[in-house]
Amino acid sequence: MAKGRVLLRGVTKCFGAVDVIKGVDLEIAPGELTVFVGPSGCGKSTLLRLVSGLELPTGGSIMIGDRDVTLVHPSERGIAMVFQSYALYPHMSVAENMGFGLKIAGLPKPLIKEKVAKAAEILQLTPLLDRKPRALSGGQRQRVAIGRCIVREPEVFLFDEPLSNLDAALRGQMRVEIARLHAKLGATMIYVTHDQVEAMTLATRIVVLNAGRIEQIGAPIELYRHPANLFVAGFIGSPAMNFMDGIVEAVETNSVSVRLNGATLRLPRHDAAVKPGAKVTVGIRPEHFRVGPTPADMDDDQAVEFDAIIDLVERLGGETLAHLRMPSLSDGVLVVKISGDVPLRIGTGLRVGIRLAQCHLFDADGRAVGEPAARAVVAA
Amino acid sequence: MSLISTPRRDVAWIGRFSALLRYGVLIGVGLIMLYPLFWMVAASFKPNHEIFGSVSLWPQDPTMDGVVKGWRTGTEYSFATYLLNSFAFIMPKVVLTVVSSVLVAYGFARFRMPGKQLWFALMVATILLPKSVLLIPQYLMFREFGWLDTYLPLYVPCAFATDGFFVFMVVQFLRGIPPDMEEAAVIDGCNSLQVLWHVVVPVIMPAIISVALFQFMWSLNDFLYPLIYLSSVGKYPVALALKMAIDVTEATAWNQVLAMSTIALLPSLIVFFLAQKYFVEGITSGSVKG
Repeated sequence: MAKGRVLLRGVTKCFGAVDVIKGVDLEIAPGELTVFVGPSGCGKSTLLRLVSGLELPTGGSIMIGDRDVTLVHPSERGIAMVFQSYALYPHMSVAENMGFGLKIAGLPKPLIKEKVAKAAEILQLTPLLDRKPRALSGGQRQRVAIGRCIVREPEVFLFDEPLSNLDAALRGQMRVEIARLHAKLGATMIYVTHDQVEAMTLATRIVVLNAGRIEQIGAPIELYRHPANLFVAGFIGSPAMNFMDGIVEAVETNSVSVRLNGATLRLPRHDAAVKPGAKVTVGIRPEHFRVGPTPADMDDDQAVEFDAIIDLVERLGGETLAHLRMPSLSDGVLVVKISGDVPLRIGTGLRVGIRLAQCHLFDADGRAVGEPAARAVVAA
Repeated sequence: MSLISTPRRDVAWIGRFSALLRYGVLIGVGLIMLYPLFWMVAASFKPNHEIFGSVSLWPQDPTMDGVVKGWRTGTEYSFATYLLNSFAFIMPKVVLTVVSSVLVAYGFARFRMPGKQLWFALMVATILLPKSVLLIPQYLMFREFGWLDTYLPLYVPCAFATDGFFVFMVVQFLRGIPPDMEEAAVIDGCNSLQVLWHVVVPVIMPAIISVALFQFMWSLNDFLYPLIYLSSVGKYPVALALKMAIDVTEATAWNQVLAMSTIALLPSLIVFFLAQKYFVEGITSGSVKG
């Protein structure tokens, strides 16, 4: 029994001459909450609409459960969808909105009422059932939209950026509610967002899309620790990873030496498939820089320190983002995240340390090189 | 203190004066525009000799004579017959116009079809076509159908969304409405017509009411088409009856004509004020973000 499984095989979609989805293969296990993330125009919403049936694929096949639904009408796919704009019917009450699908399906009125009441209870909408959408707040409207999905008892819930119209506080609250709902219903959910925090916190697995292709699929932490390529490395994590151009100087069994602007880093790597002289990119996350003296228990192999000049300081309260110039690493400005409210003055110098094991390495094509920084996980 | 308060008083005075000037001009121009209407209503209650004999708006010798005699008309039918005649073809005309325009507009606004741009441009081009160009071919066609001296030529064409203007109006309205609601309805199991009926029609109600209202008023005022297609006096609508009252008698009883014109205005006015709240109230509020 594969109820709730979603399987995409070689799915493509063209709008006229534009290829929006360029061959996607993906299996979503029953009960998983899969998040599609990617920049605007990467095709994540289109992919969701292909699963929903609102768009038909140009090529490939889509299975939901054990059925091939590639050409099946949206209402018969066993899916329900929450739209970014809520898409409630303005002239119907909350109860009518939630029961509309069942009414169209020809269910008897008492049964509709019962199902609506049940869903309303789950979402705490019972006191609002007689109201019109315009009398509801943004969060309530989104709950009604979710309620409309629940009453249909779908195999798969589809969410198309459901929280992006809400303010920050409400977004956080609704995020928790969706996570709770997923735990309670145990249904398969596909969730499209461009918000990393939503993706990282909600997802069982994240699918990173770029220009109509899947860049990487994996658990949130896996994507954060072991990005498969430059795109994922730059996209996951906020602020984005710092990238520095370099040239390979030497390759050994357990390390790769990379010459940056001024310094040479000896990065721990097993069986790295790069040759000396190759152009590479070294990546370091802002939170992996360390300001202050190196702890005594770290040897030179693990940590390196550099001089930096402070270019700009952004104070977020709980943490501080320092934009630093480190001529020995890069010509550009590197962003460093320091926890706490550290007193920093623009134009002054600073000593900044990095752990080599936490550095990412990408070849000229942007692919991660060798065994990714596995030791960093242990060390962290 | 005095240094500050003096200019302030000046500013307040200038503000009040400019408001006075603004409203004065507005009221003046408004009165000039509405004067013919007031004159018509007033003249309905004047005896015939007073209409052109006095400049005063207010009847010096008020009489219901014009209303009573005008209602009786100079023909064998009362004015009520002509009013009912008008409604006899306006009602189906309004219904057919609304149904066909909404269907066609929905098609243009929401469906992909080959050559859509071209069809839409052609449709808009028909708005620019002078009506008189079609008059003779249409007359010949309806004569072949045996529809002369019936109301059919007046309303049957509306079943085919021939009023490009209304289609254009509804298309523009639909373009301003996000299609998310309709997609939600598709997922809820609606076919295209169910989407149209359950979701689109309630949402575009203000546009539909505008279409109905315009068609109602324009049809009530229409003179040319009834004149061409209707020959029996018993089938004449209001517009023809008014014209008839002017030229059947040698000395036109202007107070009767004006009294009936005033009555002929009433249906449009009543319908307009009944429908007014739908223009004001945006029915889509609350469905999508905001």
